[in-house]
Amino acid sequence: MRVVVDLTKCQGYGQCVFAAPDVFRMPHHETLMYELDSDETKRDQVLRAAAACPVRALLLDEEITERQEKTSAGDTGVGRIVIVGASLAGLRAAATLRREGYAGKLTLIGDEQGEPYDRPPLSKQVLSGQIAAADTMLPRRDQLDAEWIRGLAAVGLDLAARQVQLADGRTVGYDRLLIATGVRARPWPDAQEAALDGVTVLRSRQDAAELRRRLAARPRVLVIGGGFTGSEIASVCRELDLPVTVAERGPAPLVGALGGVVGRIAADLQRENGVDLRCGVTVTALEGDREGRLRRARLSDGSVLDVDLAVAALGTVRNVEWLEGSGLAAGAWGVGCDAGCRAFDVNGIVCDDVFVAGDVARFPHPVYGYQFLTLEHWGNAVSQAHVAAHNMISPSGRLRPHLSLPVFWSAQFGVNIKSVGVPTFADEVAIVQGSVEEHKFVAVYGHRGRITAAVTFDEAMWLDFYRDLIERAAPFPPDFAMVGRSAPPHAVPAEIPARIPAIHDATVMVTGHNPDERRATLVSAGTT
Amino acid sequence: MTTTYETFLDYANRADPYALFPELRRTPVARQPDGSYVVSTYREIVSLLHDPRVSSDLRNLPEIANIRISPDDAAPQLPPEFIRRDPPDHDRLRAMVMKHFGPPGAPGRVAGMEPRMREIITELIDGLVGRSRIDIVDDFAYPLPVTVICELLGVPRPDEPLFHKWSQIAVGTNDPTTGTIVERNQLRFETLAKLGQYLNGLADAHQREPGDDLLSALVTDGEMARPDVLSTAALLLIAGHETTVNLIANGMLTLLRHPHVLERLRQDPGYAVNVVEELLRYEPPIHMPGPRRTALADIEIAGTTIPKGSVIVLVLASGNRDPERFPDPDRFDPDRRDNQHLGFGGGIHYCFGAPLARLETRLALTELTRRLVGPRLVADPPPYRHTPNLRGPLHLLLDIDGVLPAH
Ligand SMILES: Cc1cc2nc3c(=O)[nH]c(=O)nc-3n(C[C@H](O)[C@H](O)[C@H](O)COP(=O)(O)OP(=O)(O)OC[C@H]3O[C@@H](n4cnc5c(N)ncnc54)[C@H](O)[C@@H]3O)c2cc1C
Ligand code: HEM
Ligand code: SF4
Repeated sequence: MRVVVDLTKCQGYGQCVFAAPDVFRMPHHETLMYELDSDETKRDQVLRAAAACPVRALLLDEEITERQEKTSAGDTGVGRIVIVGASLAGLRAAATLRREGYAGKLTLIGDEQGEPYDRPPLSKQVLSGQIAAADTMLPRRDQLDAEWIRGLAAVGLDLAARQVQLADGRTVGYDRLLIATGVRARPWPDAQEAALDGVTVLRSRQDAAELRRRLAARPRVLVIGGGFTGSEIASVCRELDLPVTVAERGPAPLVGALGGVVGRIAADLQRENGVDLRCGVTVTALEGDREGRLRRARLSDGSVLDVDLAVAALGTVRNVEWLEGSGLAAGAWGVGCDAGCRAFDVNGIVCDDVFVAGDVARFPHPVYGYQFLTLEHWGNAVSQAHVAAHNMISPSGRLRPHLSLPVFWSAQFGVNIKSVGVPTFADEVAIVQGSVEEHKFVAVYGHRGRITAAVTFDEAMWLDFYRDLIERAAPFPPDFAMVGRSAPPHAVPAEIPARIPAIHDATVMVTGHNPDERRATLVSAGTT
Repeated sequence: MTTTYETFLDYANRADPYALFPELRRTPVARQPDGSYVVSTYREIVSLLHDPRVSSDLRNLPEIANIRISPDDAAPQLPPEFIRRDPPDHDRLRAMVMKHFGPPGAPGRVAGMEPRMREIITELIDGLVGRSRIDIVDDFAYPLPVTVICELLGVPRPDEPLFHKWSQIAVGTNDPTTGTIVERNQLRFETLAKLGQYLNGLADAHQREPGDDLLSALVTDGEMARPDVLSTAALLLIAGHETTVNLIANGMLTLLRHPHVLERLRQDPGYAVNVVEELLRYEPPIHMPGPRRTALADIEIAGTTIPKGSVIVLVLASGNRDPERFPDPDRFDPDRRDNQHLGFGGGIHYCFGAPLARLETRLALTELTRRLVGPRLVADPPPYRHTPNLRGPLHLLLDIDGVLPAH
C-alpha cells in the first residue's frame, strides 16, 4: 500500500505515528520519516493513520481512485492531452484531469524508467537506509487510463503543428500540452573531475541508490554546497556517524534560501551535530588516484581534504533545452507562464494550449508585486499541477489562478524547517517566537515594512498564522504580544545575498517582471 | 436579552444544541454580556487555534493570577496544568510526558495497549450476559476508559470514587453557568490541590517502587518538578476519564439512530475508523473547551475586534457543523471525505490523549455492535450530563435480546 505525506500541510501532530508506528516514525520533535510503500500487512495501519491525521495530509492509492467525480470536460473540444515530464507534477495533473472528468486521450512522456516516485525522501529516509530507493513510488491511480511513454525524452516542440517530438523521431500530437519537465542536478562543472569514481549528485532515484550504496562503505564525505539538499545529505551522514565536510561558498549554509541571520543558526546546527562546516570557501579541484577514484579535494583557502565521496549539491538546472527554438519563453529560470499556468511565448503572448507546472514553471505572484517566482517545492508542484489540469479542460470563464503562497519543508539534524512565502524577498528579519538556542523558533521576514515570509524551526503549527499575515501584507515587524515570546522582536538586516546565484540552491526566487526572462542565456547541458 | 450562546448553555437545550448553531454562526465572533467572545464558525476557530496572540494561561488576567487558595487548606496550590499554559512551558511539559507516551520516545506505547483494552472490553461485555436492559454509560462506556487511564497513569482503580468526585468538580468549573470566572477558578485551584495531594502520595510510592506507568516514569526521570508532575497527572486523570465515556456513549446513540451505519459496521469492523472520525465531528464530547483562552493583543477577525484581555470561547462543535466547511453538515456520514473535524481541537493544545481515545472508541464500538443482539434505545433522547462544554448522555439505556460470545 502506497502513501505519500503532504509535508507542506503536515503540522507534526504525530497522530499517524500513533496509528501506524510500523510505517511512520518521528525520530525527533517534528520530522516525519515514513515508508512510502509498506506491505499489505500494514494496510489497516496506514488507513487508520490517514483517517487520524488532523490535517488530512496523507495521500493514498485508493483515495485518488475514489475521489473520481464525473463532471464533463464541457465543450472545450479537448480530445488529446500530452504531459511531458512524468514525475510529481505530471502525475498529479493526470490524476486531476481524470478526477475532473476528462475522458479523452491522455499521454504521459517521461525520460525516466519506471513508475513516478517521490523525491524528498531520497535525501532523507532513503539515504539513512530506512527505506530502499526503489520503494519511493508515488501513490497510484489505477484508473488513470493513460498511455505511458517511458524512458524516452521529448526533444522538440512545434507550437504551430501542436506536436511534441520524441528522441526516437516519433511525434505526438496534442490539443493541450502540459510542460512538467522539472529540473536536474547541476553537475560538478569540470567534466573530467565529475567523472571520477566517488563524485556524485542527488536528484533521481538511481542517484539516491548509488549514494546510499557508497555511504554503506563508510567513506569520508565532502558535500559541496550548503543548500537544502547539501545540508540534508550532511545530516544523514552525521546520523550514520560518518565524517562529513560541507563546503559552502557563502557565509553560512542555507543563506541563498533563508538569508545570513537564519543561515548562521543553520551553521550552528551543523557544527553542533559534528559537521566540519567550511564557509566562504569553494572547492577548486577534485583529484583522483590512478584508478580514477576520488581521493582529495582542494579548497580555495588552500586546504586539502582527503575524501572518498564528494556530492555536488550546487543547485539545479531547469530542463528546458528541448524547448529551444520552440518560441516559448523558456530560459535558465524556467518556462514563463501566467497565473493560470498558461505558457508565454517569447513575445509575452499567452498560449491557450500550452500549460506549465512544477519546478520548471516560472509564474507571477500578486504578493510579490506580480514578479515571476521560480520554486522547487513539492507543494507547489502539486497545487500548480492541479490548477493547470483544471484550466486545461475549462472554458475561459472558469479558469482558476494559482495563487497559493510558496511553502517548503526540510528535515535536517533532527529539526523540521518550514518556510512560507519568499524569505529572500526581504530586507529584515526578526525572531518572533520561541528560542534560537533550542532550535525551536519562528523567524519573520519583512520587505519595506511588510511581512513577506516566515521560517519555522520545529514550530510548524504556527505557520498558517504567518501565511495569513503575508497574504494581508501585514506590517513588519509584527509587534503584538504573543505566546512564547520573551521580549519584543528585534528586527535586524536579513543579510540576503545581493544576487543569488543558482549555485546557492535557493529553492524559491523572485526573478523579475519580464515574462521572457532573457537576462540569463539558455544553459545547454555541459556548459557552466 | 438572552444571546444565542446563553441559550446554548441552558440545560434545556442539551439534547439538541445543534439546532441553535446556525443562529450562533450568524455572528461568527459574538461578544457576550460578560465580555467574553464566542467563536462559532470553522474558519475563525481554526484561525484562533493557531493564533499566537491567543493565550491559554488565564493568569494573564490579574484576578486569576491573584487567586490563592486558603492557607488553612492542607493541600498546597498547584501550578496550572499544561492545557492552561503557554509556550515555552506548555511545550516543554507536554514533551516531557510525550516522551513516555508517544513519538519520538515511545511511539508504539498506545498501539501496544490494544490487547489489554480488548481484554477489558471483553470482560465488560461478558458482564452483560443474561441482562435484557443495560446502561451503556455505567456498564461500559465509563468503566472502560477509567480502567485504561488508571493503568496507564499508575492510579489504583479502587480509588475511583475518591478521585471521581474531584474530577467531577473540576470539570464543572469549566461550565460558564456555574459562577463567575474567578469563582470557578478558585474552586478549580482548590479541587486540583486536593487531587494533587492524593496524587502526591502515589508519586512517592511510585518513586520508591516504580512501575511501567506514566506517573512512575515522570517521577523517576526527574525532569519535571513535583508540582508540575501532580498538575500533569491530574490533567491526564481528568481528561482521560471524563471524555472518552461520552464519545462511546454518543457513538452508540448515533449508531442506533442510524441503523444502516450500525449494520455496515457489524459487517465491516474496518469501517469503525471512519465512524469514529465522523462521530468526533458530528457528536463531539467537547463542544467547547472550558473558557480559558484570552487575547494577548487586539485581534481583528471576521469583521470584529476582540480586545486585548478578553476571554475567548471556541465552540468546536459548531465549527464541526459549519456548512461553509462541511457539505450537508447535519448528516452523519462516515464516508465523508476530507473530514478535518475539530473534535480534538487543533494547534499546540491538540488533544494529548487523542490516539488513546481513538483506539478505545474504535474497539469499543466494534465489539458492542458485534456482540449486542437487537439493541434498542429505551429513551430518545437520553438524559444528558449537566455541563454544556463536556456533553454526553448521563445514562444510555438499551434493551437487548442477548449477548454473543466473545469469539
Ligand atoms: C533530493 C531531493 C529532496 C527534496 N526535498 C524536498 C523537500 O524536503 N521539500 C520540498 O518541498 N521539496 C523537496 N524537493 C523538491 C521536490 O521533489 C520537487 O519540487 C518536485 O519533485 C517537483 O516535481 P516536478 O514534477 O515539477 O519535477 P521533477 O520531479 O523534476 O520531474 C520532472 C520529470 O520530467 C522528466 N523530464 C525532464 N526533461 C524531460 C524531457 N525532455 N522529456 C521527458 N521527460 C523529461 C524528468 O526526468 C523528471 O522525471 C526535493 C528534491 C530532491 C531531488
Ligand atoms: C474522545 C475523547 C476525547 C476528546 C473528545 C478530547 C478532546 C480534547 C480537546 C478538544 C482538547 C483541546 C482543548 C483545547 O484546545 O482547549 C483536548 C486537550 C487535551 N486532552 Fe483530550 N480529549 C479526549 C480524550 C483524552 C484522553 C483519553 C486524554 C488523556 C489521556 C486526554 C488528554 C488531553 C490533554 C492532556 C489535553 C491538553 C493538551 C494540551 O494542552 O497540549 N484527552 N482534548
Ligand atoms: S499532521 Fe498528519 S501527517 Fe503530519 S505528523 Fe500529524 S498526523 Fe502525521
